[in-house]
Amino acid sequence: MTKTILTLALAATAALGAMTAATAQDAAPRTPTGPAASQAGDMDGAFILNNRFSEPDGAKLYKRVCASCHMPNGEGAKGAGFYPALAKNPNLAAGGYPMLVIMKGMNGMPPLGEMMTDKQVADVVNYVRTHFGNSYKDAVTAEEVKMMR
Amino acid sequence: MTDKPVHSMSKRDLLGLVGASAGASAMYMMMNSLGQARASTFKGPVKLDGDAKGKSVLILGAGLAGLVAALELTRAGYKVQVLEYQDRLGGRSWSLRGGDSFTELGGASQSCGFASGNYINPGPWRIPYHHHGVIHYCHELGVGLEPFTQLNFNAYVHSTKAFGGKPQRYRHIQADLYGHVGELLAKAVNKNALDDMVTKEDREILLQALRGLGALDKNYRYVAGEASSDRRGWTKQPGGGLSAEPIPSDPMSLSTVLQSGLWRAIASNLSFDHQYAIFQPVGGMDMIPKAFEREVGNLVRRGSRVTAIRQDAKGVTADYLDVKTGQKLQAKADFCLCTIPLSILAQIEMNVGADMANAIKAVPYRPSVKVGLEFKRRFWEQDEQIYGGITSTDLPIAQISYPSTSYGSQGPGVLLAAYSGGAFAYEYTTLTPEERVARTVEWGAQIHPQYKEEFMNGVAVGWHRVPWTQGCFGMWSEESRATHYKNLCAIDGRIALAGEHASYIGGWQEGAVTSSLDAIGRLHQRALAI
Repeated sequence: MTKTILTLALAATAALGAMTAATAQDAAPRTPTGPAASQAGDMDGAFILNNRFSEPDGAKLYKRVCASCHMPNGEGAKGAGFYPALAKNPNLAAGGYPMLVIMKGMNGMPPLGEMMTDKQVADVVNYVRTHFGNSYKDAVTAEEVKMMR
Repeated sequence: MTDKPVHSMSKRDLLGLVGASAGASAMYMMMNSLGQARASTFKGPVKLDGDAKGKSVLILGAGLAGLVAALELTRAGYKVQVLEYQDRLGGRSWSLRGGDSFTELGGASQSCGFASGNYINPGPWRIPYHHHGVIHYCHELGVGLEPFTQLNFNAYVHSTKAFGGKPQRYRHIQADLYGHVGELLAKAVNKNALDDMVTKEDREILLQALRGLGALDKNYRYVAGEASSDRRGWTKQPGGGLSAEPIPSDPMSLSTVLQSGLWRAIASNLSFDHQYAIFQPVGGMDMIPKAFEREVGNLVRRGSRVTAIRQDAKGVTADYLDVKTGQKLQAKADFCLCTIPLSILAQIEMNVGADMANAIKAVPYRPSVKVGLEFKRRFWEQDEQIYGGITSTDLPIAQISYPSTSYGSQGPGVLLAAYSGGAFAYEYTTLTPEERVARTVEWGAQIHPQYKEEFMNGVAVGWHRVPWTQGCFGMWSEESRATHYKNLCAIDGRIALAGEHASYIGGWQEGAVTSSLDAIGRLHQRALAI
């Protein structure tokens, strides 16, 4: 057997193995080309990757990720439960708190840190703490986010 | 059975005997114990033997878990009351049809404009054959099941990064993947490269298996010809008459298949949860809660928002608000089965121990978006010969599911035109419903250009904006499962939890049904002991 054939055979076997490994237990949709797949994206940098957020700054991250629950103006929402308003929210006084919530999640809120860079987490924390009636001057840094990982 | 000389009978004799004497469910349990039928933990109709002595159970939530409990506890002699936030029963077991409206968190309202008979299931949409609990209740309550077409070899796999964005037929990718892998492994066998792993006796068998698996020719090659075209289809199909001679199609190269990444789409159709037979209720998933409603609908108080759950030595009290009037009310019972999704329950005051309280807070809810689009005609059938099944894509829509029913109908048809998760689902959810629909049309048109001409209307559900779940379903990690799962399921005083979140079948209705049956069985034991 030539080396090329062996390599190909192993690659093909590995491909079959990867297919099996990709079979998750849940009812979740799967994209055929996996995490490496990318789109052109829209003007906010949304819809580029499915396993990471690609929005380039805090405002766009807020608008295209956080607003799905906390709403466009940070007003939150109420139904059977609630999404806390971020507007004028005293819990934002210490930058470490929103940083922790984004990184680790909170109750039903999924952790989002794995889908953002350190800089993205810091950017969106700083955005939220300086908008919606919040005006905290002490910015958090990507370094602090990194230490929390 | 125990007094029969089992050792003298064949397994089939034994099963026949059990089937004849004790009915299908006993036979099913016996088959399970013999390892012939592996399934969910459903073990046949629940038996709550013993006198409940008129004890009462308050059920919170009228989704499938709550409805199953209401039916079975009533049968066992309990006094049952159910509180439900929505003005409909069924929770995530839900269908949207023409005339239905839905208001999401943030206030955006949608009115579904589908033609009569068309619908989407924003939540669960299929029932694998091994979800015996769900199927049991469908059979018992008269819910018709029909085949759900999960896998259609003529549907597409699509990537924006492969084949210039041109969708490929599923059968081409699967046949060529299996074919090339089979050929390579056969080559390795024939060059003695696997001799240290494959015995001489197994060698020939393996070659035969590879020929069958890969559609290889007599020389173990995957090449254009009858064998491969019998899998991937022909350039010119065989027919009848003078000009009927078929022309084989040309397989793609291994590298083309691998580099395209499209082979990844093959896997999800192999999974146990998606294997045939797989069903859908005739007419929409909510036919299941509608059937339960006929049995126990009178026990459900709708429009009731639970604000606190308290227990003491005597019983359980739930505070709740009437959603319409704002009136503060209370419900009391000896026990409580709480099926409220953890995303909501984590925000409700409740005096349970730290173990259960921590477990309730430990389960994040999955983002998910579904979009249904209605078109003037079934162009996927008429133009592309796609009858049911699913196209998968790396576009944010992730999937297009073609209707598994009413094939050949000439009227408008509805596609499940997006079923998205991950980052795309968060991003989708931030859009207004109208924008979600508009973008879904744009994206889908990359696969079916007919979208632009044929589109009529659409509805879009972002599960994090659904007021009564705040997410699609609970996501357990290995760590959270190890730390919290048993604490979530264990009864705390007079309170037990149930729902898909209290199961190993997360996101499936079978998880709700089996967790409910398990919980009421244990509550019943506790009730008998008090």
